[in-house]
Amino acid sequence: MAVTTQARRGVAAAQLGRSRLLRKLPLHLTVSVVMAIWLVPTLGLIVNSFRTVPDMNASGWWTALFPPAGFTLASYEQIFRTPGFVDSLVNSLLITIPATVLQVVIATFAGYAFAWMSFRGRDLFFIVIVALMVVPVQMTFIPVLKLFAATGLAGTFIAVWLAHAGYGLPFQTYLLRSYIGSLPREVFESAEIDGANHAVRFWQLVVPMSVPAIAANTIFVFLGVWNDLLIAVTYLGQSPNRPLTVFIGQQVTSLGGNWQVLTAAAVVQMALPLLVFLVLQRYFVRGISAGAVKG
Amino acid sequence: MDQRIVTAVIAVIVVPALLFGYIQIGEWALERIPRRIAARMRPYVWVFPAVAFATIFMVLPTINTIFISFQDARGNPVGLDNYVFFFTNPETLTSLKNNILWLVFFTAFVVVLGLFISILFDRIKYESVAKTAVFLPLPISAVAASIIWKFMYEYDAPGRPQTGTLNAVITAAGFEPVAWLINALTNNWALIAIGVWTSVGFAMVIISAALKGISTELLEAARVDGATEGQIVRRIIIPLLMPTLTVITTTMIITALKVFDIVYVMTSGAYGTDVIARQLFARVANSDYGRAAAVGVVLLLAVVPVLVFNVKRFREQEERR
Repeated sequence: MAVTTQARRGVAAAQLGRSRLLRKLPLHLTVSVVMAIWLVPTLGLIVNSFRTVPDMNASGWWTALFPPAGFTLASYEQIFRTPGFVDSLVNSLLITIPATVLQVVIATFAGYAFAWMSFRGRDLFFIVIVALMVVPVQMTFIPVLKLFAATGLAGTFIAVWLAHAGYGLPFQTYLLRSYIGSLPREVFESAEIDGANHAVRFWQLVVPMSVPAIAANTIFVFLGVWNDLLIAVTYLGQSPNRPLTVFIGQQVTSLGGNWQVLTAAAVVQMALPLLVFLVLQRYFVRGISAGAVKG
Repeated sequence: MDQRIVTAVIAVIVVPALLFGYIQIGEWALERIPRRIAARMRPYVWVFPAVAFATIFMVLPTINTIFISFQDARGNPVGLDNYVFFFTNPETLTSLKNNILWLVFFTAFVVVLGLFISILFDRIKYESVAKTAVFLPLPISAVAASIIWKFMYEYDAPGRPQTGTLNAVITAAGFEPVAWLINALTNNWALIAIGVWTSVGFAMVIISAALKGISTELLEAARVDGATEGQIVRRIIIPLLMPTLTVITTTMIITALKVFDIVYVMTSGAYGTDVIARQLFARVANSDYGRAAAVGVVLLLAVVPVLVFNVKRFREQEERR
């Protein structure tokens, strides 16, 4: 009696296990399809970047997955020899680093003041900042171009540093104010008693305690500026100081049907962001969630 | 190369030194004036750089652009001519129509797919791996994403080997290859698809974080009461996620209105795929300032509802603090 019950139970469990797997099969299939849609396009580009242009024109990237693959670095050698490519790669760094530093540091100053100091006009200033976060930067191009022309900054690195800082500051200030505002009040009170001045308080209390937010914002701004096309093409489109995104964008347009030579350039352009993303994924995700959930 | 070495030095040393020096000197000066005045002046020292940048690069230019929109390219007043042009010229009307397409469908697809994928991935054990895949396009620039998708949409004449991934798939299934980026029936959708592909990861990360905040007991209780999975999603999960979905929707509306990079790289606005932001860029580049400014003002008017909504929501949040 007991034996048959147990046997019956065993059979039932096996059936249950199999039916559960079967029931879950559509789920796993759907997940795989979704993952494939999001991975395959990028994979295609990377594979093609290691093939010759005639190969790319003769057959799809997937043929290289089977022997003979015919992988080669020819595309990379060619793009590094193309006039303007290496310069624009260096320019991307020369634009991105100072633009990021300017934005994050100034936003941290302002975030501290908006969070922990009271002054006349504070609420009004801040509402303007919230409003500016969605104003299209295109609205400012004509006057700012005229300003750069009048001050002799047209086409210079300084011009794009300032422009990026101006456009990015509202959002950065908003994010850092909410983070710095959430720091415990007691810390600031004890500093007040110690008589530490505000500069000391800022560098020794606010900055160290805000490292998670500052790090997340720095990564975010860095990638935003590195990947920017619109601002760079507007202010540096005709300048030798143009960054990689502008170089690729202009080459695609001028090459017409011959754009395949740019595969390697695109891979180089996205290598740094992907590396940053894979290494610092946690900060990156936090930066996004902070911006959206609170914002 | 000399000049760029100078730039690199400025980049690495001078910019941070200036910023550090500004605050140190500001505080040094504040300590040398009477305490009462210093206390009142101090906040302005700290917010001045941010406010100055916002004023010089955003507030004043925006106001200036509104004035320019009532002038011709040489600066003579022309009344509403530039707006009449905007609403009668076929090029600008096409871009307006396409932006509406982007606004509705890009936003809807990102929100719906983001929600679908988050709920889907919430039910598997390898969630973080799956999420990384969908999230991967996010750090990729729109320029690189466009090159990626050029290989997806590549078209070769029928009978020749198809090198574009999509055409290879559909010809293998027995259909004729499609010139995705040229065919007027498909090209706008093809561009919107790229936008969706790059942005769904953003929606997914945020929705998925909100999803983790829903109590599992609540969902278990509903299951015990006999609710189907569909009912749970519709009656419990979606209502609870509403604030999150609203935030994503407004963010995506702004993204859709400003879309530029993908269209610039993929088609340069040709074949009826142009959008407002690219129209504006092209007119600025041609020094067609009056008309460009009018295009900008239309864009600004389009974001005003979102702007008002954000400010209202911000004020509510502040009252709750």
